[in-house]
Amino acid sequence: MSKKLGWKELPFGDSIKAGTAEQFETGDWRSLKPIWYADRCIHCMRCWINCPDSSIEVKDGKMTGIDLKHCKGCGICAFECPVKKPGKAITMEAER
Amino acid sequence: MAIIARTGNEAMAEAMRQINPDVVAAYPITPATEVVMIFASFVADGLVSTEYIPVESEHSAMSACVGASAAGGRVMTATSSQGLALMYEILPIASALRLPIIISEVNRALSGPINIHCDHSDTMAARDFGWIQIFSEDAQEAYDNVLQCLKIAEKVKLPAMATTDGFIISHCMSKIETLEDDEVKKFVGEYSPTLPLLDIKEPKTFGLLDLQDYYFEHKMPVVEAMKEAKKVILEVGKEFGEKYGREYGFFEKYRLDDAEVAIVALGSTAGTAKVVVDDLRDKGVKAGLLKLRVFRPFPAEELAEVLAPLKAVAIMDRSDSYNTQGGPLYTEIRSALFDLAKKPKLINYIYGLGGRDIGLEEINSIYTDLASAEKLAAVNYLGVRE
Repeated sequence: MSKKLGWKELPFGDSIKAGTAEQFETGDWRSLKPIWYADRCIHCMRCWINCPDSSIEVKDGKMTGIDLKHCKGCGICAFECPVKKPGKAITMEAER
Repeated sequence: MAIIARTGNEAMAEAMRQINPDVVAAYPITPATEVVMIFASFVADGLVSTEYIPVESEHSAMSACVGASAAGGRVMTATSSQGLALMYEILPIASALRLPIIISEVNRALSGPINIHCDHSDTMAARDFGWIQIFSEDAQEAYDNVLQCLKIAEKVKLPAMATTDGFIISHCMSKIETLEDDEVKKFVGEYSPTLPLLDIKEPKTFGLLDLQDYYFEHKMPVVEAMKEAKKVILEVGKEFGEKYGREYGFFEKYRLDDAEVAIVALGSTAGTAKVVVDDLRDKGVKAGLLKLRVFRPFPAEELAEVLAPLKAVAIMDRSDSYNTQGGPLYTEIRSALFDLAKKPKLINYIYGLGGRDIGLEEINSIYTDLASAEKLAAVNYLGVRE
């Protein structure tokens, strides 16, 4: 959203089309960032089902990456990841 | 048209029955009056097709009204006093969402001390929430104002409350003329909501989080809708007069055109004042009355024009603002007259709090006071013991 709308341009009555949350980038205050290792991932979908921000990107039943525009770095995905060797398929590292 | 005997409560409930709203959500216990209880009997008797939602508080009642109205329904409720106060949190949400919800509001004092008798403190505390507020002198006006409020609200997309005075009007029986059910149906018409939430082909979000960057912009449509309401209130009042013989404006002038002194009052007190005015006129005193009907939007220019030629005017407030400079009606009217080159002496009387009776004698004493208005204090508390 670049130009801010004036009141005459706003939709009627404190309402807006549904689904616009996607355009609102909420990932910019993250302090920890998830790192995904595709080669370790077993595509169990535990991260996908637990992510509170729908930030796990999936295509055809396979995990494809993480939506960092909306991920807030809560770390639930890394916590839930069941992969043990050679390490978790998602780990958290400090955001710079 | 039928001529029937009804209390103010029954008159407002009758208007609601004839409107037959989609949803009524209410908490029908004291401090609310019988309005919703009577309406509930209409629901039980199958006289309306309304979805009646008995909730667990007035906060929930107004919240349910907001939900139902946003969904696209025609929605009404009724309350009083602390009940209206419990709705306060939700009232500005209804106006921001532009939902034409109607409250049949019976004016009763706010606690404390605990009191359910007539004053205007409940309604006045809700004056800055973007709701249209229309006061009624008697049961007839209460009935007519509920019908008109609905039409006005749905035209300008703002919520509205039609108010009448607790006990004095709400519980006393008088003769009223009601419209036929078909006439009401025709007068209010079919409701077509602007953006119904239940329109699943156009999914939308209501009640946004608006911070520093958009909240201000979202308040402006309410400002503009209130300006529009001034036009629509007059149009609807005129239409009502043409069709049913009782025309309504922002206020009623009673023997005011050639008056030298006058009282401005809201609600039932105006009825008592009319008797005093007639009596004084018989004695040769040029006394008049202005009964204000519409408090929100406030008809400032119109009032200024009418009051300008008078010598002295007493503004009667049945509530106080506890601001050390007078009641809400007084401060509004004083502000409305500020720019006039020649203006009357204005005196404020705060009276009748908690249902303290206001009779002919008290009102007569105000007119007597006005003869030497320059000697009076600006703000006076009428009939209170020291």
